[in-house]
Amino acid sequence: MDTLILGLPVAYYIAMVAKVLVAFVFVLLTVAYATYAERKIIGHMQVRLGPMRTGWHGLLQPIADGVKLFFKEEIVPSQASKFAFLLAPLVALVPAFISFAVIPFGDTVTIAGYKVPLQIAAYYDQAGAEVFDMNVGVLYILAMASLGVYGIVLAGWSSNSKYSLLGGLRSAAQMVSYELAAGLSIIAVFMLSESLSLHRIVAAQADGAWYAFKQPLAFVIFFICSLAEINRTPFDLPEAETELVSGFCTEYSSMKYAMFFMAEYANMVTVCAVTVTLFLGGWHGPSILPGWCWFVAKVYFLIFCCMWIRATYPRYRYDQLMRLGWKVFLPLSLLNIVATALWVMFISK
Amino acid sequence: MESIFFIVVAAVAVISSLLVITCKNPINSALSLVMTFFCLATFYVMLDAPFLAVTQVIVYAGAIMVLIIFVIMLLNIRTETAKRSSHAVFAGSALGIFVLFQTCLFLMRGGMTGAPGPLDHAAIVKAGHVELIGKALFTDFLLPFEITSILLLAAIVGAVILAKKKI
Repeated sequence: MDTLILGLPVAYYIAMVAKVLVAFVFVLLTVAYATYAERKIIGHMQVRLGPMRTGWHGLLQPIADGVKLFFKEEIVPSQASKFAFLLAPLVALVPAFISFAVIPFGDTVTIAGYKVPLQIAAYYDQAGAEVFDMNVGVLYILAMASLGVYGIVLAGWSSNSKYSLLGGLRSAAQMVSYELAAGLSIIAVFMLSESLSLHRIVAAQADGAWYAFKQPLAFVIFFICSLAEINRTPFDLPEAETELVSGFCTEYSSMKYAMFFMAEYANMVTVCAVTVTLFLGGWHGPSILPGWCWFVAKVYFLIFCCMWIRATYPRYRYDQLMRLGWKVFLPLSLLNIVATALWVMFISK
Repeated sequence: MESIFFIVVAAVAVISSLLVITCKNPINSALSLVMTFFCLATFYVMLDAPFLAVTQVIVYAGAIMVLIIFVIMLLNIRTETAKRSSHAVFAGSALGIFVLFQTCLFLMRGGMTGAPGPLDHAAIVKAGHVELIGKALFTDFLLPFEITSILLLAAIVGAVILAKKKI
């Protein structure tokens, strides 16, 4: 047990792999059942039943969908740019999942005498005294979010179809503009937490003083901008069915199409998890339930809110979307930074 | 273990940067460049500079390359078979040889390798990488920092004036 690899006991690596597997499988399952939940919830909001046929109340629907998509014919348009066309779904999917590496999803657990934090990219030192995690965690998430654009842009360009190209262009412009406002809005959180590490941001909210209460403006701006960044309704212009057939994924079929779909839902789960971590106290909650339960509950609540928003609001027009991003959210988040800076300088100290 | 990882990443970096200049299709070139940036970011992480790594990905891979790809898509450049300017080839290879020569010189003298600065691994872990950079940026290097931001502001204003006919 005491063999060291790169200065850490073997148990640390076992724990690391276990965390990766558990988190990955859990996110995958959530993604699968988010598609079901979305159809069910929107169905009931529109006084329909949603899927009912496969299994009890349609509970096996995600599996049926998966099997169906798996056996569909794989089509690559003859004029498509093959390499980019095959690469695009992967590029869309991978950043959505690897963002989870830095999100703390629970309290510390003790395995075989070693303390293990429930966060993939973090470990305790051997004395169990201090956590080492990536101290640029939030920036890492922003970086991965900015890589997600490539998937959609590439899909749009490589399909060699005008609808796809327009969808890809729209999405590139939209994601780049909203990334800015989302990034600026969380600076106010860093000012209060004095750290970029997600572990410490969660620890700073341990007493129930969630940043959603201290920074309501930043919370609202971040959540809305994140919705825009992952192309959720009301900002789903890249795949606006009424104008662009299906936008960037028009030419895709079979599992490649499924991968875009999975990327969309995985992005939604990631964004909700990041929002919970930054603004809603992470895994902290009354101690009647273990930490990870609170984390999952909060994330699921936000996912429900996303679906609620989808059922409520119509799609934005493109110029409205750009105006909202650049002329409303960007100045507001800058204002919020100035106000927070003044507050930290003169009132809190 | 670390050196094996370094060799793998370095190989990917070299191959992808070769692809940048050999790909016929401008989009594929741009993608290879993104891959190169990503490898560079990995090197920064291995050198205990996570902030630099993340900034590399956000700024270069996430913003600048997206804009470049955006422009390529808008202009709809097809596979470029037009003659490349021979001046560029000559100047590029001259510059490449010069940089290679300089690097070799530095490596041979040992001036760039193994010279420890005031910050070692323990200091970085203790104070935090971002905190150290922030402090240095806003105290010792305040003037260059402000000058750079004025420069960027001028560039933004210039872009707006060039792009918009009526303001």
